Amino acid sequence: MKKASGMSERTSDVVLIVICSIVLLLVAYPLYYVVVASFSDPYEVYAGKTFLLPSGFTLDGYKAVFLNDGIVSGFLNSVKYTVIGTVFSVAMLYITAYPMAQRDLPGRKALSIFFLITMYFGGGLVPTYLVVKQTQLVGSMWALFLPGGVAVGNMIIVRNYFQNSIPHDLVEAASIDGCSKLRTFVSVVIPLSMPILAVMVVFSMVAYWNDWFTALIYLGGKGSPLPLVMRNILIKSSATASQAATISGGYAELNKLTELLKFCSMIVAALPMLIVYPFVQKYFEKGFMAGAVKG
Amino acid sequence: MARTNAAASAVAVRPGKSLSRRIKDNWQMYLLLLIPVALTFIYKYIPMYGIQIAFRDFKASQGYMGSEWVGLYWFRRFFSSPTCLRMIKNTVLISLYSLLWSFPIPIILSLIINQLRHARFKRVVQTVLYAPHFISTMVICGMLRIFLSPSGGLLNLIMGTSVDFLTESSAFRTIYIASGIWQDAGWGCIIYLATLANVDPGLYEAAKVDGASVFQRIKNIDIPELLPMAVLNLIMAAGGLMNVGFEKVWLLQTDLNKATSDVIAVYVYQQGIENAKYSYSTAVGLFNTVVNIVLLLIVNKIASKASDVEFV
Repeated sequence: MKKASGMSERTSDVVLIVICSIVLLLVAYPLYYVVVASFSDPYEVYAGKTFLLPSGFTLDGYKAVFLNDGIVSGFLNSVKYTVIGTVFSVAMLYITAYPMAQRDLPGRKALSIFFLITMYFGGGLVPTYLVVKQTQLVGSMWALFLPGGVAVGNMIIVRNYFQNSIPHDLVEAASIDGCSKLRTFVSVVIPLSMPILAVMVVFSMVAYWNDWFTALIYLGGKGSPLPLVMRNILIKSSATASQAATISGGYAELNKLTELLKFCSMIVAALPMLIVYPFVQKYFEKGFMAGAVKG
Repeated sequence: MARTNAAASAVAVRPGKSLSRRIKDNWQMYLLLLIPVALTFIYKYIPMYGIQIAFRDFKASQGYMGSEWVGLYWFRRFFSSPTCLRMIKNTVLISLYSLLWSFPIPIILSLIINQLRHARFKRVVQTVLYAPHFISTMVICGMLRIFLSPSGGLLNLIMGTSVDFLTESSAFRTIYIASGIWQDAGWGCIIYLATLANVDPGLYEAAKVDGASVFQRIKNIDIPELLPMAVLNLIMAAGGLMNVGFEKVWLLQTDLNKATSDVIAVYVYQQGIENAKYSYSTAVGLFNTVVNIVLLLIVNKIASKASDVEFV
């Protein structure tokens, strides 16, 4: 009896592992293929010779990435927007979530509704654009940060974390010791909220690093972040004029480099976030659960 | 004991505090809220007020209130434009099919992942499945364009064909939805995996003692546990049914696949930002939003009737 059930456990384990391995391959292979292609001769890639390993190994693509003014300045712009944007957005989340977690705050309910409505209803593209324009932000990087204001969904997660996962005794003790609410926030609540802080920092970083739509609308072509620069390479397939001048091998070489640049720039754009998220992965589930519990 | 008393008295005292006292206690909190409230008011609420330009012939020099009132003129113009029906149809079909495919897959995936007993393998599966979520749509669409290229694209290489998929309007929805699943199905598991992680391990033990197989355990323990979360997600998704993402469609659209890729969001952008037809674009966007809200309310009503819970 026991043995029989043990056997079936083992078979089902094998079935589950096989299914997961197939899914794993389906998800990972396209990414792996891009990595391989970024080190290969594009003609070999398009001839189907790089399914598993690079063919015609080359680092020319990565050299071209670092020599491409557009990509380099796009990368630096993206770094700048990501750093400033993340600091700004996470600060906004925190200074909103903490007051909203105070159960004795007069007007708390009204403020909640004030923020919540913006989750379900908004002015839409053009009315928002017009306000950004009226407030003189078009063409300025602040147009990427300020109109987003408070990310309400994330704010609720942080608020619920403050309410449910910060030991109430510690907050109470701080207030008995004469700490003001602000003091308690800085010296008790913030230090105890590191897991959710890490998750929010990563969410915000990813959002800013990958965003290009806001930049497309508001920056007017100046200071484009990396994804927007890549649009010319990936979608329009055009290398820059300055680059064409530096290529000696003529049209065929240029064509080759343009293709190689596609693969390499995609790696350069995707890699930073793919390196970052596994570090906070273990907090994702906890963060979501803390946030999902209604406070 | 003393502590319990203190807690009890604190609870007893609190409602007694006068409103002015509570406001005084919280003045720092209002100070913190000042900037978030101001930003939300300026960039969320003023645009809502600005929606009225959908009913006016907006001229920047005349302001919101000064511009001439034209009633439903822009809406009539939208409904009588030759591509209107096509755009509504494409928008609804893309999101409906997206929902049908991408809603159940994370649930199935998380049921399977949750049963993996080898902890390290489980972690690897999760890490890899989350990865595409962290990649920009720009990179995703760049990959799609390369993979789907007729000359040497991965898909054509594998199938031994040379089809230009992005010029086939019959392929557009499949491309959009399949890539969406590839990118976000893994990430969609998180909320379900978190729910399953909270299942009392005793239940599994008891089921094992009773000789229940993995599939019986999934059916009798896991699925009922996931149901409320799944319903909630379904409602939220239904409320966004008309929200076809602008980014991916815009990047994958070609002149030849427009029969299926022409959607409202792209039109709103083109008319509003590229052509500066502010009033017209706002009207089209408003139509989209109103349909969404109506859908959300209807689904919410049905779901709360069915489950006795108010979700939204």
